[in-house]
Amino acid sequence: MSGPSNFKPKSAFLQWTERRLPILGLMHSSFVAYPTPRNLNYWWTFGGILSFCLGVQIITGIVLAMHYTPTVAGAFESVEHIMRDVNFGWLIRYVHANGASMFFIAVYIHIFRGLYYGSYKEPREILWILGVIIFLLMMATAFMGYVLPWGQMSFWGATVITNLFSALPGVGPKIVELLWGGYSVDQPTLQRFFSLHYLLPFMIAGVVVLHIWALHEVGQNNPAGIDVKSDKDTVPFTPYATAKDNFAMVCFMIFFAWFVFYIPNYLGHADNYIPANPLQTPTHIVPEWYFLPFYAILRAIPSKLGGVMAMFGSIALLAFLPWLDRAKTRSARYRPLFKQFFWVFVIVCIGLGWLGSKPAEGAYVIASRILTAYYFIHFLVILPLLSYYEKPAPVPASIADSVLGNQPLAPARVKGSR
Amino acid sequence: MMKKNTLLALGVVSAISFGVSSSTFAADDAHSTPQPPRLSWTFAGPFGHFDKAQIQRGFKVYREVCQSCHSMKLVAFRTLGQSGALGFSEGQVRAIAAEYQINDGPNDRGEMFQRPGRPSDYFPLIYPNEQAARATHNGALPVDFSVIAKARTYEVGFPGFLIDIVRQYQENGVDYIHALLTGYAKAPEGFEISQTQFYNKYFPGHRIAMRPPLEDNRVEYTDGTPQTVDQYARDVAAFLMWAAEPHLEARKRIGFQVMIFLIVFAGLAYFTKKKVWADAH
Repeated sequence: MSGPSNFKPKSAFLQWTERRLPILGLMHSSFVAYPTPRNLNYWWTFGGILSFCLGVQIITGIVLAMHYTPTVAGAFESVEHIMRDVNFGWLIRYVHANGASMFFIAVYIHIFRGLYYGSYKEPREILWILGVIIFLLMMATAFMGYVLPWGQMSFWGATVITNLFSALPGVGPKIVELLWGGYSVDQPTLQRFFSLHYLLPFMIAGVVVLHIWALHEVGQNNPAGIDVKSDKDTVPFTPYATAKDNFAMVCFMIFFAWFVFYIPNYLGHADNYIPANPLQTPTHIVPEWYFLPFYAILRAIPSKLGGVMAMFGSIALLAFLPWLDRAKTRSARYRPLFKQFFWVFVIVCIGLGWLGSKPAEGAYVIASRILTAYYFIHFLVILPLLSYYEKPAPVPASIADSVLGNQPLAPARVKGSR
Repeated sequence: MMKKNTLLALGVVSAISFGVSSSTFAADDAHSTPQPPRLSWTFAGPFGHFDKAQIQRGFKVYREVCQSCHSMKLVAFRTLGQSGALGFSEGQVRAIAAEYQINDGPNDRGEMFQRPGRPSDYFPLIYPNEQAARATHNGALPVDFSVIAKARTYEVGFPGFLIDIVRQYQENGVDYIHALLTGYAKAPEGFEISQTQFYNKYFPGHRIAMRPPLEDNRVEYTDGTPQTVDQYARDVAAFLMWAAEPHLEARKRIGFQVMIFLIVFAGLAYFTKKKVWADAH
């Protein structure tokens, strides 16, 4: 898609550097000349928003690390020191803590957008799998980050989650010891989690580069789910996509700022303002909201090993999605049955999230089992069957057609596309 | 160390065997504990600010009542005088700090010594360590108050928890503190409670080791504010909110400026986008 850049800088100096290191040309072909489908809607702005989130987390995180002490005795107090004494420390910490939640809100929208418009299908399989890897890295990073303030939920969350690995036959207990750096969650655990929490975001950034590289190789999917056929189907990234991304990003910042400035502790747990106490288990150990659907799946299975496998399986399954859904039509817009199942699946995921926040007892367990079963059935049974039995609606001849198409002749195709 | 690890392992095992998270009795507590009443706080909402007179009164209640057991070790005296705080002058802060004895040292003879507090000191510990505190209180630990207003909450069901996002309601901790302080009552018939415990409507499990700390007219208010348990509870809760979140006023003030900027920016970004795309449709 990108092709060789015909970028030619005006200044003699830049021409000189460009002949030796064509980095401006790379930037130009990637973020200026890069052709984007002209029918992209606002759901496509979340890629840019996610890059913004990663940048915010890295910058605020670096500043926080300058003031934070990764010791069992000092972690909680150093966080309070940041909140009270560091210049704008409260702002930096609240942006970082809420930024994690914002990152996940954006990534979930990004993932569901991919599911709806079939962005995982040929030729975007590797692009999609790289996305699943980024998601896994994000989960690991967020989990370790939540341990660092060393409050009650940090400690007990770390204890419960690291203990999950002990369910693996044979190597399980060894893995847990390695994660702990000892025989319980203690100083070595906190210190290695801090180290890894600092490392992983840079690994995420690396995979993001691959993700964008793969994206620019195969080109963006679009709401019509059809390939770009001619220049009429695309507009240059700058100014078109940049202007749109910019507007969406500022709107997202308003949402972000609402939490940071007005309800900064809403998405956290009050228990995490109680210093960690290994001798006192909180009555209710709940992970952060973004892990709740997976937590519900974990607890739905009566056996510990089964639960752990179901939880990891529910994420790993995403990587196989391109081969589970064999339908040739990408976009749900032209797949009447898939579209309905998609929305049922969204509701199931939200339901699992709600159940994950409830105690594992009575009707909650039964509901969790039903929704967990449905989660797997959606991928393993419904999608493969739909590929064979669903009769898709006709897709537009081209992207330009779907946007600029003769409206009186084909109103149904135009509706909702822009 | 051995004992600690065994207890830890027990905790882990019990946490996991209850299906990892849940503990059934916690859920029972939640059902039988009423939701604390929501009060109107001056520091709530987008333009929230502390009522200086109120948090000064709350500070007085803390010093004359709570402080006999509860420390506030993360709060420095100097912060009492900073902007968005209690409104004390530098001299007042110095005088308050000097009323406390601070452990310092070692001096050049290698001895620890006591000296009057300075503004840069923190509120001192009440007990030298946790064991000493528990020994004085039949095994119960009076918690530190530095961030207590953020460390307590109550559950808000659906759809209330979503409405709270829009209303910006985050005063659950102070609601709880007020409810707890005013929630002492006679234990209902048949409710078993030991000699060293007290019945409280809002405390999870209802058995609290703290005797009712407040009574009418216990703390003298010089500004004519009613000297009632309810008023004391409100004032001390407001003070504890300041202690937990000393930059709350700055946060909301800057938040408003950021919001105005972002909304204007969003408007400009919208029209820019519209102009750019005008010829592309």
